[in-house]
Amino acid sequence: MSTLLIKNGTIVDPSRNFQGKADLVIRDGKIGSPLGPGGKPDRMLDARGCYVVPGLIDIHCHFREPGEEEEEDVASGSEAAVAGGFTTVCCMPNTKPPLDNEGQVEFVLRESERVGLANVYPVGAITKGREGKELAELALMHQRGAIAFSDDGSGVADASVMRKALQYAQMLDAVLMQHCEEPTLAGGAMHAGVVSTTLGLPGIPAEAEQLMIARDLLLNRTIGCRYHVCHISTAGSVELVRRAKQDGLRVTAEVAPHHLLLTDEACRGYDTNYKMNPPLRTASDIAACIEGVKDGTIDCLACDHAPHLSEEKELEFYYAPPGVVGLECALALYIKALVQPGHISWMKLIELMTVNPARIVGLKKGALAEGAEGDVTVIDPEMSWTIDPGQFKSKSRNCPFGGWQVKGRATATVVNGQVKWQLVGK
Amino acid sequence: MTARASHRWTRKHLLGLEDLSAEEIRYALDTADSFKEVSTRSVKKVPALRGRVVVNLFFEDSTRTRTSFALAAQRLSADIIDFSAKTSSVQKGETLIDTARNIEAMGIDIIVVRHPAGGAAELLSRHVKCSVVNAGDGAHEHPTQGLLDLYTIRERFGKIAGLKVAIVGDIVNSRVARSDLWGLRKLGAEVILVGPPTLLPRSFEQLGARVVYDFDEVVGEVDVLNMLRVQFERIKTSQFPSVREFTRLFGLTGDRFRRCKKDVFVMHPGPMNRGIEISSEIADGPQSGILTQVTNGLAVRMAALFLVTHGSGG
Repeated sequence: MSTLLIKNGTIVDPSRNFQGKADLVIRDGKIGSPLGPGGKPDRMLDARGCYVVPGLIDIHCHFREPGEEEEEDVASGSEAAVAGGFTTVCCMPNTKPPLDNEGQVEFVLRESERVGLANVYPVGAITKGREGKELAELALMHQRGAIAFSDDGSGVADASVMRKALQYAQMLDAVLMQHCEEPTLAGGAMHAGVVSTTLGLPGIPAEAEQLMIARDLLLNRTIGCRYHVCHISTAGSVELVRRAKQDGLRVTAEVAPHHLLLTDEACRGYDTNYKMNPPLRTASDIAACIEGVKDGTIDCLACDHAPHLSEEKELEFYYAPPGVVGLECALALYIKALVQPGHISWMKLIELMTVNPARIVGLKKGALAEGAEGDVTVIDPEMSWTIDPGQFKSKSRNCPFGGWQVKGRATATVVNGQVKWQLVGK
Repeated sequence: MTARASHRWTRKHLLGLEDLSAEEIRYALDTADSFKEVSTRSVKKVPALRGRVVVNLFFEDSTRTRTSFALAAQRLSADIIDFSAKTSSVQKGETLIDTARNIEAMGIDIIVVRHPAGGAAELLSRHVKCSVVNAGDGAHEHPTQGLLDLYTIRERFGKIAGLKVAIVGDIVNSRVARSDLWGLRKLGAEVILVGPPTLLPRSFEQLGARVVYDFDEVVGEVDVLNMLRVQFERIKTSQFPSVREFTRLFGLTGDRFRRCKKDVFVMHPGPMNRGIEISSEIADGPQSGILTQVTNGLAVRMAALFLVTHGSGG
């Protein structure tokens, strides 16, 4: 019997709509009943001045293993996750080879267990090899523990393949997470607008994202599979999802920190730390995404952690791979974009990072009720710090937020009742 | 010369015209003036850059720009080395930065770089210690072409402010159009861009240009026509259907020419497709500035090499 007591903190538990000063006990890896008088814990965390919340969940990360372990692997990705306050993450299948069969799924789950930091769940590919032509063994992967399916990095371009994927995944009650990008409008290096015109770079129009969302919503109308829009980035996309939800269609959506804080203006100067896919858009797209977060159109926050080595990023803008890391600064950035300006409350922020992502991928997590798994994050909302990619636990440093002054940081990350990470000096 | 340079030009690199002030541009044109005379001497050399080494780092095919820079360097008494990417380690996968650093390690003063990717010159300038002159980076900028176009127009009309200049053709893919746009706007000309919508996005209006899809609408009101080369690859990407249709709509045919102002000045950055974007008789005629552009290009590039050398305190 191992007991962890987190005391003096303010619990924020969106599943019970509870926010208040209370101590939290985790006994043998599960949220337990309070300690009786004289009860002594094996370990104690002092959460004075901090929020104590269900372990944060990010359903969209890239851990590059197998195949590109120099950029990141399950071990370093897990370290980055807990350092950012995340107890559970889902990793995308665009590895080399891709996670498109039960052997690969098993590999990731076993690695996660071996490393023993965050809970890492693999997202299986929708199609074999992520080629968009034939369905992968969704059922076998599902049985083995794949948490969701996606060809992320690309969207499933062929409507007939996507239709069958929706039908098949519906049978398993699995969620399809789509990287929405019409490939014939893709191939640009940044958002198509006046900045891309000025820089002489080919642009990706907003419609490339909207076309695939609209198509999938129509396809799914009569199928009703769980369908999730990855990294939403345009005002038009948010509007499509909003109307679909109003019509009672089954759709969820996530947004990344960079799409809440940076516009395509950042690409002037050709710094590839501002190259992502979907690309940075305009100020009105940011405003629409924030509005979408406020009114529930966007269900969760996910940082799309995409590690790349400096030699990969230090290329001509057009040739550099898109993507930035994010696990270790995401929380502070969400606070900056959403909480500090007063758009949402702390309760809502935690809901977007716990209960909602858990529900989307079907995990029984995200709550602090007695008996729930002992995944907890302690957050100091007042801590001021400067984002320094040089200090990241991730193997990669490609981050556009280096040098940013931010407020709010996870100070302890508890997984299954064990403290997996603590901010040194606290 | 050195004293004036340190007042009006302090830049170590010439990456584009977008960030230059009108004063800096005028200064560069005036510097080119003083170098133009050199090419008329029997010994076409000045010692301004003696002992310096200039490298032409070209990742794209180009005979005329490369030759122009090479001659410019030689007229300034600099040593010039030509580096063509096809015959180099780039074939073996070496990055742009590594290629440049390796060359720089041999002791050079200026890299003149042409590259198919926008931003390449800027990327290079962040990773080498020597000066960088952009000879064309993707569709982004071609500053010495912009300067020589300005020089040529100024020479012809005695001014730039108040003139109406049309640039016609494949604008969206043209670094020449962009550099010309910046230079002309800063010096007070009105710029009219002409082409089909698939090659000319309206967003150029936000950069200070007038966007026109009907060539005949403006052909009679412009002082200068800068015709861009038609790139046939754009047919495959459905940006226009055929050469025949393009010529009919956007070519400077004899017919259209007759509807221009009597003293309209016709330019082309070259190489030109005779009979397509421009008819032979116009290209070779008295109102064509095409060969003058080439001559002026030499003086302008001498100025560019000179300015970045002395601008960096060298």
